[in-house]
Amino acid sequence: MTVWFVPRDAAALSVGADDVAAALEALGEQVVRTGSRGLLWLEPLVERADSRNGTRVGWGNVRASDLSESAPADTASNFLGVVEELDYLACQNRWIYARVGIIDPVDPDDYLSHGGMAGLQRALELSPASVIEQVTESGLRGRGGAGFPTGIKWQTVAEQAPVPHKGDPVDAARHKYICVNADEGDSGTFADRMLMEGDPFCLLEGMAIAAHAVGADRGMIYLRSEYPAAIAVMSEAIEKARDRGWLGQGILGSSCNFDVTIRVGAGSYVCGEETAMLESLEGRRGTVRAKPPLPAIEGLFGTPTVINNVLTIASVPSILARGAEAYAALGQERSRGTQVFQLAGNIARGGIVEVAFGISAHELIFGLGQGTKSGRPLKAVQVGGPLGAYLPADGLQVPMAYEALAAQGAMLGHGGLVVFDDAVDMSEQARFAMEFCVEESCGKCTPCRIGAVRGVEVIDELLASDAPETAEQLLRDLCDVMTQGSLCAMGGLTPQPVLSALDQFPEDFKRAAHRNADAVQGVVHE
Amino acid sequence: MNKPIEIAIEDIDLGTPAALSDSTVTVHIDGQAVEVPAGTSVMRAASLAGTQIPKLCATDSLDAFGSCRLCLVEIEGRKGTPASCTTPCQEGMSVKTQTPRLDKLRKGVMELYISDHPLDCLTCSANGDCELQDMAGVVGLRSVRYEEGSNHLEAGKDNSNPYFSFDASKCIVCSRCVRACSEVQGTFALTIAARGFESKVSPSEENAFLDSECVSCGACVQACPTATLQEKQVIDLGVPTRKVKTTCAYCGVGCSFVAELRGDELVRMVPDKQGGANAGHSCVKGRFAWGYATHSDRITRPLVRETTDSEWREVDWPEAIAFAADRFKAIQQQHGVDALGGITSSRCTNEEVYVVQKMVRAALRTNNVDTCARVCHSPTGYGLKQTFGTSAGTQDFASVQQADVIMVIGANPTDAHPVFGSRMKRRLREGAKLIVIDPRSIDLVQSPHIKATEHLQLQPGTNVAVVNALAHVIATEGWIDEAFVQERCDVASFNAWRRFITLAENSPENLAEISGVPAEMIRSAAATYAKAGNGAIYYGLGVTEHSQGSTMVMAMANLAMATGNIGRNGVGVNPLRGQNNVQGACDMGSFPHEFSGYRHVSDETVREQFTALWGVDLREEPGMRIPNMLDAAVSGQFRGMYIQGEDIAQSDPNSQHVADALSAMDCVVVQDLFLNETSKFAHVFLPGTSFLEKDGTFTNAERRINRVRPVVPPASGLAEWEVTCALSKAMGYSMDYANASEIMDEIAALTPTFAGVSFDLLDELGSIQWPCNEQAPEGTPIMHAQRFVRGEGQFITTPYVPTDERSTRKFPLLLTTGRILSQYNVGAQTRRTNNTVWHAEDILEIHEADAELRGVSDGDWIEVASRAGSTRMRAHISDDIPAGVVYTTFHHPVSGTNVITTDNSDWATNCPEYKVTAVEIRPSSAIAVGV
Repeated sequence: MTVWFVPRDAAALSVGADDVAAALEALGEQVVRTGSRGLLWLEPLVERADSRNGTRVGWGNVRASDLSESAPADTASNFLGVVEELDYLACQNRWIYARVGIIDPVDPDDYLSHGGMAGLQRALELSPASVIEQVTESGLRGRGGAGFPTGIKWQTVAEQAPVPHKGDPVDAARHKYICVNADEGDSGTFADRMLMEGDPFCLLEGMAIAAHAVGADRGMIYLRSEYPAAIAVMSEAIEKARDRGWLGQGILGSSCNFDVTIRVGAGSYVCGEETAMLESLEGRRGTVRAKPPLPAIEGLFGTPTVINNVLTIASVPSILARGAEAYAALGQERSRGTQVFQLAGNIARGGIVEVAFGISAHELIFGLGQGTKSGRPLKAVQVGGPLGAYLPADGLQVPMAYEALAAQGAMLGHGGLVVFDDAVDMSEQARFAMEFCVEESCGKCTPCRIGAVRGVEVIDELLASDAPETAEQLLRDLCDVMTQGSLCAMGGLTPQPVLSALDQFPEDFKRAAHRNADAVQGVVHE
Repeated sequence: MNKPIEIAIEDIDLGTPAALSDSTVTVHIDGQAVEVPAGTSVMRAASLAGTQIPKLCATDSLDAFGSCRLCLVEIEGRKGTPASCTTPCQEGMSVKTQTPRLDKLRKGVMELYISDHPLDCLTCSANGDCELQDMAGVVGLRSVRYEEGSNHLEAGKDNSNPYFSFDASKCIVCSRCVRACSEVQGTFALTIAARGFESKVSPSEENAFLDSECVSCGACVQACPTATLQEKQVIDLGVPTRKVKTTCAYCGVGCSFVAELRGDELVRMVPDKQGGANAGHSCVKGRFAWGYATHSDRITRPLVRETTDSEWREVDWPEAIAFAADRFKAIQQQHGVDALGGITSSRCTNEEVYVVQKMVRAALRTNNVDTCARVCHSPTGYGLKQTFGTSAGTQDFASVQQADVIMVIGANPTDAHPVFGSRMKRRLREGAKLIVIDPRSIDLVQSPHIKATEHLQLQPGTNVAVVNALAHVIATEGWIDEAFVQERCDVASFNAWRRFITLAENSPENLAEISGVPAEMIRSAAATYAKAGNGAIYYGLGVTEHSQGSTMVMAMANLAMATGNIGRNGVGVNPLRGQNNVQGACDMGSFPHEFSGYRHVSDETVREQFTALWGVDLREEPGMRIPNMLDAAVSGQFRGMYIQGEDIAQSDPNSQHVADALSAMDCVVVQDLFLNETSKFAHVFLPGTSFLEKDGTFTNAERRINRVRPVVPPASGLAEWEVTCALSKAMGYSMDYANASEIMDEIAALTPTFAGVSFDLLDELGSIQWPCNEQAPEGTPIMHAQRFVRGEGQFITTPYVPTDERSTRKFPLLLTTGRILSQYNVGAQTRRTNNTVWHAEDILEIHEADAELRGVSDGDWIEVASRAGSTRMRAHISDDIPAGVVYTTFHHPVSGTNVITTDNSDWATNCPEYKVTAVEIRPSSAIAVGV
């Protein structure tokens, strides 16, 4: 029988995937719901498995109204052919996203038949120390933005003895924790969400491997409330994983005991910062903790804690299954393996691109993304979320890797790229960066709490002034105080987009000066 | 008057708390090497090296927070500019605290602060006492370039608390208040609401301070670096200009304070960071409730009258003294020397108490002297002396920070000993386990971040049964610390005790019905305590004020010895003393059978020493206790009494009996601050001195002798000891001291445990825990460390004997009593302060089921009747107490709580059984009756 695949990913749902699935079922077709392939401009992207070899062919932008009489036909104008042969996918090197869009995310058997649990099996054959060694050798670094070597972090936690929850007189049990940061709040990023919605067992498998490696017995996923679909899929996957013995006592028959719970965030961007996340997990206000102590030594409830981003942990099963060496062979300098890039904003073909580090922004945006969606010239690209720098159009040859971006005064962040065409006023973007900080600052440290408010005001002043030099100097001094003085990256990185806009696009900041000059010349602005 | 002693008060804030590591590291601060304990912050190390790094959110009473970002430094080999408060020193670290880069950053941070702060320094109440102002100067801020933007300048003031004001417009959101409330006080009343620029200090979810969970301890006010949280006194009077270190006169914690004055006007009392008992913390009473000292009710001129139904007549000192002496002499001539006696006060200094008991013994020639400890902790003195050899607690307060299990029995530290309660709570938040033995669900049972592992909610009067059951489990489960017992204790007494305690009659199962505590809970609590590591017992009047009070004290001592929980940090048996100087009053020889240092009057060697120094023959037979004196008065043999600072007509049980006794006397002399219930029966009123006027020492519950220094001159013109000496002289026995220091010298000369104590040494060390002598020249924080004071620890069998006071058909409920945070004992002081906003009247707590049965609703007036009497108060339905038990406080004389308490008392010491009175409740009209 023909099997149809329709994504249940939130991105697909938002353009009618549920209706499409219902329409197919109404036609008597068998429908499997999957994650999304990450070719977002094609959603809902419907696939059909070839009954002979299982090859999947697809149709893009399927509408339920097209399915009132029959299932999509190979002759339809939106027929895409073999999905894996689409250039957008063919050029990718999917390690983390290997199964996303292919399998039913909450079907453990589907997971197994697509190579799931091979990493954990392998890990359990190895000593914890060897697992950490593998992770270290792979060169994997934290994908949340900071890029800290994962193996070193795990090693630190592994070296600590488990301890009881700090200050808990009733429960004397000793713990270590694996905390997954799934508070994916950066603008233009969605890779964590799509992974959790498309291959939740991969995340759980990665967590179990981490637990085995460091000797943790408890896991927590800090999942933002804005991701209800991901919460539902992960919750279902956890239940099923427990049923299968993939979580709980004696995982896969080993001596490893490990279970995972989900905690839902409450809408604070700062809680994506690891120490604020710990505060939130412990039931307190989400404010940043000063470090030391490092969470690896004294983290959740005072216990040694691994805190990793979703993509970091989700990288681990394939590293174990396919070998650290193969992973480390990818990439450049100290940026090894693959990165899941997310193309967003004003771009023709937005979506997920998992490739080795080193690809240029230009290749991602123009090669894969096919330039702006508006068709207007590209003006700037913000890399790495709302705190990331803006790259100008002529600065896109930079290889996408930790070191190369840093050399440009930019950062990779969570791997999101947001594209702007020439209609954008970069002074507005600079102002927005400060506004965002005003909105999301936890309020603990002074540079961020007061500085962001003053930042908005000074930019307004700068834009309104026909002699903006004084205001610009104040803005630069303020950015200096925020960068060097802030307690965490929220206030510390906010100046990055501000200053990159100011430095790369100075003309956009001379609005008042221009207006005044124009007024003298009698130019009328629309 | 005495010359005020002002000792130097160094107040450098090192920024972060001391690190407790044994190992050290050496760091270089601006090139200067400094060796500090590992874990010390860079900020503290710099401060110790003499370099004050600018700071606002850091203060050494609170954990480093890292929010103000003024304290940034540069560290060689490290990126960026880490905050020095949150960065621990590492060996060889090289730190720069002043560079052009840092200067610019700090100015930038300061500029941000000031851009959201009123520029009214000149008229600000904190002008000259403001860290924000100081730091603006330190970093050299000369201008604020930001134009007027968003700000909090219009944020309102919260004046709801009677003692301090909260001015949100001046808040810099450093969280010091919030952290002080959490870390120091442990109440968690404050938080920061909202986030970012909207962040603001919020008492209990944006309530007014008075309506919040705030207990008004003042820790937030103390922590605030600006004028945001400030004493109303400072706002009204201005910043203080001089300071005097002294000691609080409320409870037995004995907090050290710095009295801050303008001229002779007291502006505020600030807890002393160097205070041995309180380490910089305070409660609402000590911090704020001292206004009674200048209350218009204060009597400052001596009063006399012929009969108690005539008017008081104001006289000068010589006339008052002569009047009292004449009457006393007349009584002596007519009825003999034993018709007179005295009561010393636990509220007065050691020196004042000492001269009163000396006057009684040497001038009145009788041993009829007793003290108010009779009605509170006399069983402690008896029980701990019998078992350990010393009538005092075994530990210092700091010891609790090493405890693994804390057992609180019949005490309510967060209300009655709040500063120690906070210290205890800090340890509990760190993970120590808590066992509460109390009929009532005191706050400790469940409070923020604290939950008792076991709450044994026993029936009033069954303490001994419960502790016997605990010991039974420990002995039968094999949890005895045999090595400790063999090495340190009298083994014969132990064996006898073991035989007794393992009897089936002491099993938890057997005692469950009597005590109301399920056997399995006893078993679990026994395991918790016995397997603690360090198990510490703290107890209060809920232990002593029972017919078996002394038995109970010994039962606890047995328990501690059997488990080896004596003689080191983190363990012990510790009374939480009610009055500021109840320990001292007992130490000073206030009991009819003992000279100072608890030596029996019949001991000839001891008596000879006193005789030699005092130059007078002393009686070898013990005198009468308070109840005996009162009984003798009723029957006509006892005719005159000198009552120092105690309102026995209100505080002693069975008020009617007390009134009858006082009425029967020919001369009652009362020395006090205010006219009170007892002075209604007095013929002579000698105005006393408030603690602010006293010069001397108080001894707190941990045996800590603290200096009380005169802050203002005596309102009556004379120190109390001068008055006592004058009366003694008029009675024919001369006591000549030039000052209080000389009295302490005499105490030291006559009392082995005080041998090394002097005012000079106290000034040098700050405080001293007795014994202080040649073996322990700087005092003894932990007692019985190598051996018990009595040699070997003595086990004493403690059979449970039910009290005669039990519920009957006529009086089916058991009344027990306690204190509340904001009021103190009979309220003579606190009722004359603004503390009445928290507790304007005594209220009877009653369980819902008992209330319903009697048709009583919350807030109703009810009559409480016992076989001794009846009174009226309002009812409050509460689930803090079990059905069958009712609870009230005794702070307001109008409630007349002691009208209904009975004359049952402890078998050994006559300490009254305040904690158990069978009563009945019925709805009543609103008219309250006094005594």
